[in-house]
Amino acid sequence: MNLLLSFVAVFVIAFLSWAIAAGTTASSVLTMYVPYIVFAVFLGGFVYRIVKWAKAPVPFRIPTTCGQQKGLPWIKNNPVENPAGPWGVIGRMAEEIFLFRSLFRNTDVKMIDGRPVYGSAKWLWFFGLMFHGSLLVVALRHLRFFTEPILPCVNFLAGLDGFFEIGAPALYLSDAALLAGLTYLFLRRVVLPQMRYISLLTDYFALLLIAGIAVTGLLMRHFFPVDLLSVKSTVIGWVTFTPVVPEQAGVLLYMHLGFVFVLMAWLPWSKLMHLGGIFMSPTRNLINNNRSQRHINPWNAPVKVHTYEEYEDEFCDKMKAVGLPVEKE
Amino acid sequence: MKQHKWRFILPGLVIFVVGVTFPLWYSAVNSTPVPVLSLDTPVINQLQNKECVEDKAFMSADHMKMLHAWRDEVVREGKREYTAKDGRKFEKSLTRTCLSCHSNKEQFCDRCHNYAGAKPTCYDCHIIPEEVKK
Repeated sequence: MNLLLSFVAVFVIAFLSWAIAAGTTASSVLTMYVPYIVFAVFLGGFVYRIVKWAKAPVPFRIPTTCGQQKGLPWIKNNPVENPAGPWGVIGRMAEEIFLFRSLFRNTDVKMIDGRPVYGSAKWLWFFGLMFHGSLLVVALRHLRFFTEPILPCVNFLAGLDGFFEIGAPALYLSDAALLAGLTYLFLRRVVLPQMRYISLLTDYFALLLIAGIAVTGLLMRHFFPVDLLSVKSTVIGWVTFTPVVPEQAGVLLYMHLGFVFVLMAWLPWSKLMHLGGIFMSPTRNLINNNRSQRHINPWNAPVKVHTYEEYEDEFCDKMKAVGLPVEKE
Repeated sequence: MKQHKWRFILPGLVIFVVGVTFPLWYSAVNSTPVPVLSLDTPVINQLQNKECVEDKAFMSADHMKMLHAWRDEVVREGKREYTAKDGRKFEKSLTRTCLSCHSNKEQFCDRCHNYAGAKPTCYDCHIIPEEVKK
């Protein structure tokens, strides 16, 4: 049901974009004004979510550790898996963000001869990393539309990506990797019963939306070529605040834009916000110094104390009168 | 702890915002004229009927595929004659057919390719004829 609904949602976006492409007013609104609204929602929403997370109090250190803590000098500690200082945390976060360290620990359990046997499961890590990496490359390659003159590093990246020159225009390896990663992530949710059981509408929708973007993009590059001149002048129109309606743009371009705009506007409010959220994970980005430093809960209620010195000051005369020893004399 | 936290989050946010708005800064400091393709060459000026091998829409969208197909057919199958949709016949040759009219590579091919970031591999093998090079 969730799967069906998300398919319907993606097709509705595609159909709407198709309808918008047909209308002159609607298409000019989509290409001239909607980009700014979408970008504002994306940027504002992103900053809002980060600031909201940042305001959440974290009085204690709650890192999940996977190595020996720093202690006595003759005990070998693991500075990255159980960071004792900021450099350890930086290393740990870099591993997490660029290599998906936590996912690399993924395990699988199978019943063999009536006994549960645990083993390593690396496929999700592999395809996940491939998907995210190629998505990054694809996004960076699109800078060729957003910059004029094109940044040399973007051209270099595109050259590297199309290194094998398969077909004309050359097939980008990141496109193939993106589709492979998407296919795995999608089939995993559909084929595995336990994954299907916990999958929500938005889980499918996110994958299908990105698949829609990738497929329309690939079609525009390889099968129904879009006029790059008008695409680039449209995008340059956005970034120079002189928006224009693309002169020659097929339905595919409108579908591509429709999907991208939905993705961008939805991203800050969805599970895809892990893009910013991963930086804010307290179980990963905190130094484990709970023992070496004292952390005081800032909202502890003030405890009323009455020290012995104050007690003695108060009852000094009475104590002396009954002959009790007094420290202050 | 509190100031400590913002010391990392604020720079991160600033990097993000500057990063995603980078095209805006970049285009503010660079001029971004839309390239105009020049058809002003001696051969084209003398043509009675200014028509390319196929119509303009097809050529602008599919010329790379056409050249790719020409290359395969000429090099691998030895078929050197191309019959256009309207029946006219051309030699399948970048240098002798395309560049004979479009002898201004820099004002024609390169302008669009550079603007859109397309990097055709034609001239990895073909030399650029002297009269086109200037």
